[in-house]
Amino acid sequence: MFDRVDRDLPARAGVGYKPQHFSALLENPGAVDWLEIHAENYLGDGGRPLAQLRHLAGRFPISVHGVGLSIGGEAPLDADHLARLKALCDWLQPASFSEHLAWSTHEGAFLNDLLPLPYTAATLARVADHIDQVQEALGRRMLLENPSTYLAFAESEMAEVEFLQEIARRTGCFLLLDVNNVQVSAVNQGRSAEAYLDAFPLDLVGEIHLGGHHADRDDQGAVLLIDSHAAPVEDRVWALYRRVIARGGPKPTLIEWDDDLPDWPVLEAEAARAARVLAGAA
Amino acid sequence: MMQAGFVAALLDPDLPVPAGLVAPDGAPAGRRFDVYRNTVAGGLTRVLEAGFPALRRLVGADFFAAMAGVFLRAHPPRSRILMLYGADFPGFLQHFPPVAHLPYLPDVARLEQALRDSYHAADHRPADLGAIPPEALLGCRLRLAPSARLLRSAWPVRSIRAAALQGGPSPAWRAEDVLVLRAGFDPEPHLLPPGGGAMLAALIGGATLGAAMDAGGEGCDAAAVLGLLLAQGAVAGVECAE
Repeated sequence: MFDRVDRDLPARAGVGYKPQHFSALLENPGAVDWLEIHAENYLGDGGRPLAQLRHLAGRFPISVHGVGLSIGGEAPLDADHLARLKALCDWLQPASFSEHLAWSTHEGAFLNDLLPLPYTAATLARVADHIDQVQEALGRRMLLENPSTYLAFAESEMAEVEFLQEIARRTGCFLLLDVNNVQVSAVNQGRSAEAYLDAFPLDLVGEIHLGGHHADRDDQGAVLLIDSHAAPVEDRVWALYRRVIARGGPKPTLIEWDDDLPDWPVLEAEAARAARVLAGAA
Repeated sequence: MMQAGFVAALLDPDLPVPAGLVAPDGAPAGRRFDVYRNTVAGGLTRVLEAGFPALRRLVGADFFAAMAGVFLRAHPPRSRILMLYGADFPGFLQHFPPVAHLPYLPDVARLEQALRDSYHAADHRPADLGAIPPEALLGCRLRLAPSARLLRSAWPVRSIRAAALQGGPSPAWRAEDVLVLRAGFDPEPHLLPPGGGAMLAALIGGATLGAAMDAGGEGCDAAAVLGLLLAQGAVAGVECAE
């Protein structure tokens, strides 16, 4: 059914590509062996973004990461948007396509956030159906990413890992394990990050995300971690990452830094740190 | 859980947090829901700030953020391609009472939107007009680059934008017709000579060059307009009747 399987990303370090880093990245990629782009930023018709992407794709394996497909939405997938993603994947031939276990649209409005889902049989059926459609349209297996969450649904009846595992079993999709999201959600949901990771099916993981978060408080004064992608990866997340790599072996690992961007050497140093963990496990 | 209720509360901070959303101990979600509210409003506000920097200078950062908050709730994006979010902003400004005393703001927003549109528009190869004898050219239709945008304003819209971004004296109060062109990757707003706006509007509408020059009127400096198009490589195609 799928003519491409996502096995082309190297089990080395990559970074989320930002246009601000174009020249510095090309001059000195350092430990960075592959790049990830947000699909929606490259759905224009031309100009500098697409020219840069064409150039980079000649030098680096590219991972296309969608942030707007709303796979968990109650409404049908947006056929036009899916067609645009397909057109992008058709010319770019990326090494990987991934999206989120989340929703972001309602009645035609796009809310630009990764909103949470209750883990129920109804959600499971809907998400699996949408992933089938995406994989059918793109002609490739996709990766589904675990979310950062700030609250829970009283109606949820499954644990998140169990939910993701069942989605993968039904659709044949792979998983994108965001270790920062695991830490953020574990603190926010009062559960153990280690237990979550130890239960996670690492054989299905095609990519790992690492990123920064910051701390806030909820109404009761409890720590609430916010997935900001605007800071270095926390030591705690590095420790969880080493635990994952020790058990599952080297995996393509991405540093996500989307806001308050650092200069290139700072971002490259984060990638180098991930590369050292990967080299240690190889 | 119905996502409709979630969205309504997301966009209206005065609505209560939907039932069934909880903290780990089962308590109502409270401020935890506000994380989503803040992410949605903050993210879209940043998109508008990046897209309308001159507008933001003109009204001030705090006022702009408040105005963006009103706009994004009334006009949430309809597309997932956020780099072009804000096409409804000029129309919104036209009917937003707190800026009624700044009647040129909608056109400044239109110019900034035209620059963004142009930045992401399709690439083109400039047409070679050299092979066409000048007198024959008058009977030809010129197709402009996909990245060309014409804005005709009753206000000195290009000068206002430039003064807002670079400083300098207040511009003289006159109408300005502006042609946004992208020769490489960075669009530039070019001020058109008198009659240039009418001439280009006719050209874009499908008139022949000769007819477009007539549309430009008596004082139209057609040579300057044509010179601008050629210097910027903004003609993407030529169609000449036999």
